[in-house]
Amino acid sequence: MSYAISLVPLWACILLSTTGQAAEVEALKAGIFNPPREAPDFSVRGSDGAPLVLSHYRGKVVVLAFGYTSCPNVCPVTLAVLAQAHRKLAAQGSQVQVIYLTVDPERDSAERLRQYLAAFDSTFVGGTGTAPQMAAVRKSYGVTAEKVGTGTDYAVAHSSFVYLITREGKLRALMPFGHKADDYVHDISMLLN
Amino acid sequence: MVIVAVTLAVAASGAVAWAAFTPITFASRQETFEIPKGTWARRMAGNKVEILPSHVYLTLGIRDILLLKNQDDVPQIFGPTLMMPGQSFSLPFETASSYQFACTAHASGQMTVVVDAQPDNPWQRLVWRARRIFRAVA
Repeated sequence: MSYAISLVPLWACILLSTTGQAAEVEALKAGIFNPPREAPDFSVRGSDGAPLVLSHYRGKVVVLAFGYTSCPNVCPVTLAVLAQAHRKLAAQGSQVQVIYLTVDPERDSAERLRQYLAAFDSTFVGGTGTAPQMAAVRKSYGVTAEKVGTGTDYAVAHSSFVYLITREGKLRALMPFGHKADDYVHDISMLLN
Repeated sequence: MVIVAVTLAVAASGAVAWAAFTPITFASRQETFEIPKGTWARRMAGNKVEILPSHVYLTLGIRDILLLKNQDDVPQIFGPTLMMPGQSFSLPFETASSYQFACTAHASGQMTVVVDAQPDNPWQRLVWRARRIFRAVA
């Protein structure tokens, strides 16, 4: 009995702690970095045959994704969503660049990336390079990637976030997997304006 | 004994009614986790410092923004992000679900964010509050 009585103040504190007024929510649908840091620059082999240098895209909003062409589900879904968002942006889409860096440089050549990305959107650019080179880029963004399985049919477990980089080259936001095209349109439009 | 039992029963009924009918609000919709200054040094010294729980519980419309802050002197992988010293990361959730994130700060390599739907009737509010008590003492 005394034990039950002694729990009453605890219960009261926990219950009473759920009162107050809600604060304003953040404007973007994506997770926001504050303050935003300079997006780590990189120079890798582009799927269009030219060097792919992030800083060359200053003036555009860059949508940076990491994945690989043999990815069975997450990457195709992400790219399909980004392609849909790019179409919905219409004229504003010319101010946006989607960059897709491979987490599987052993199998993803520049040509393979080009063919893969063309199925989603002809403006998407892929990037590949040596394994240490791509690992260094992933590390600078906090992206994890790990080979799963052996032989030639291995998979790569990897982070599935999409990074939003401002026109000024700031790493502003991170969109987790699962967001719809409208969320990308919403956030990219805000970053453009 | 009877008087005590009746008093307890009345008090319990009042608490249940309050829990069921009082709207749930918080001063902030942010659930905040911070890496304190000196965390990295303590880890390097061999101290096991746990900042993030393996499961984080949020509720839509009430507490649905995960706010991570790095107050340490070195960059940290903190949940789903790489955060620079002094940087914060605010991640809103709009859909009730369970979200898995790779997280090098956890021994399991995973962090789970469970986002519950907003309770909008007395029974759901009661269940939400009871679940919160259970998670607090578990």
